[in-house]
Amino acid sequence: MDMLNATAETRAAVVAANQTGIPVDQPIKLEVKDVHFFYANGYEALKGINLQLRDKTVTAFIGPSGCGKSTLLRILNRIYDLYPGQRVTGEVLLDGHNILDKNEDLNRLRSRIGMVFQKPTPFPMSIYENIAFGIRLYEKIPKSEMDGRVEAALRKAALWDEVKEKINQSGLGLSGGQQQRLCIARAIAVKPSVLLLDEPASALDPISTAKVEELIEELASDYCIAIVTHNMQQAARASQYTAFMYLGELIEFNRTDNIFTAPANKRTQDYVTGRFG
Amino acid sequence: MATTNTAGSADLNRGAASGLAARRKTGNIVALGLSIVATIFGLFFLASILITLLVQGFSAISPALFTESLPPLGGDGGGLANAIFGSVAMTVVAIVIATPIGILAGTYLTEYSKGSRLSEVAKFINDVLLSAPSIIIGLFVYTILVLPIGHFSAWSGAVALGIIALPVINRTTQDMLGLVPSALREAAAALGTPRWKTMTHVIYRAARSGIVTGVLLAVARISGETAPLLFTALNNQFWSTDMGQPMGNLPNVIFQYATAADANSQRIAWGAALLITVTILIINIIARTLAGGKQQS
Repeated sequence: MDMLNATAETRAAVVAANQTGIPVDQPIKLEVKDVHFFYANGYEALKGINLQLRDKTVTAFIGPSGCGKSTLLRILNRIYDLYPGQRVTGEVLLDGHNILDKNEDLNRLRSRIGMVFQKPTPFPMSIYENIAFGIRLYEKIPKSEMDGRVEAALRKAALWDEVKEKINQSGLGLSGGQQQRLCIARAIAVKPSVLLLDEPASALDPISTAKVEELIEELASDYCIAIVTHNMQQAARASQYTAFMYLGELIEFNRTDNIFTAPANKRTQDYVTGRFG
Repeated sequence: MATTNTAGSADLNRGAASGLAARRKTGNIVALGLSIVATIFGLFFLASILITLLVQGFSAISPALFTESLPPLGGDGGGLANAIFGSVAMTVVAIVIATPIGILAGTYLTEYSKGSRLSEVAKFINDVLLSAPSIIIGLFVYTILVLPIGHFSAWSGAVALGIIALPVINRTTQDMLGLVPSALREAAAALGTPRWKTMTHVIYRAARSGIVTGVLLAVARISGETAPLLFTALNNQFWSTDMGQPMGNLPNVIFQYATAADANSQRIAWGAALLITVTILIINIIARTLAGGKQQS
């Protein structure tokens, strides 16, 4: 497929996305204020990021590899904290409360901000236990209620029909696409309000990718979703807002249709039309 | 003219190429031949040892070998019952001591102290301990336990075996935890899982078969150790379940009875040698099966 067609397709996708009629101006859920990020060796990977993620809205993060989009995502649930020496300055407000505070209860925070990674990461346990594991961390509920919660999460992740017969078999036995949907089910089972998706479909085949994308569109009505992607069509199709990042800076942040049809910045235009990156 | 020339030089090149190919072929045959000879050389001794052991050992196997205690040197009949019990008892105690310490140490070194100086030094020392001569460990336990207590005992034997098993379990735990992808740790953390729960419910589960394999290999390693027991449990000709006293054990039975002059003592020694070998073989097969099952999944 050549460049022109790709652009045309991207624009068509934007138009289609806008026609779904999802309200674009939801209240702000997460606010990133002047965030700088430093690796243990002192390298500054993010250089003062400011943006807002709206509730019940999908925000896509695009940009060439190494631009800091995954790093930004990993700040939002403070998963970077696992690695000593990495440092963040600035503020990230979740419903107005700064989660970068050093007294923040990280486990509670992460139960409110779920994350799905590039490679599927099912736990070495049964499909049922994969879902129940996260729920049990914060709730003590009877078996019958747990069964219902597990089923609801799997249904929501469009996986129930495929796994209901083998719910007690290992999650590792599923296909890659099913594993990824299991991870999404696991994340939403704990009832977070924000979902962070770090290239959730890039390790999947086209059919699984389509299923995961469909799922993201459905989840958008309930969650504040931030998705990192290298796939322009995916960003155009699935998101209402798009952030273009380059070398640790936020170059442009706007409604997705603006970014793809009338970008203000030359670099953004070059990137979304496939001329660089 | 030009055509002839080109054809000529092409022929020349082809000639050189076929010479090169022939040289490579010869080199390949020579190297392959040497490898096969070396393999046969190694296998010959292994087969020779095993066949002798099986032939001599099987003739020694009888019900009495498992029911009767050691005969006096030069005496008639008898069996290995007390030595089998002693070996099993000391190995079990050693593994019970070494397993929790080894797994906890391996966990600390891989998961909780990554990159720290202490951890690097501790890993290095553990590797040194891994290849320390077992007789030195026997002497060490002799000095810290046998001398102060005043006599040999099965407890001190178990401690010596435990010290030998410890670095094996520690190292395997480190290796196996290192193989668990960090994505799994991140995934558990991203769900809001406390760190200890991530370890016990996710990471250990992912590394379980590897860690169990490490423990089994440690069992195989210590069940044939002789030198450390010479300084600690010594030997005992009679049935004894008192861990505070000297206790019979298979390796030392081999050591004492194989060098005796009479045929009955030598028969007992062959029986003990066969038992140890078969046990170690079975443990290794189980360990390999477990490790293989992990690779498949």
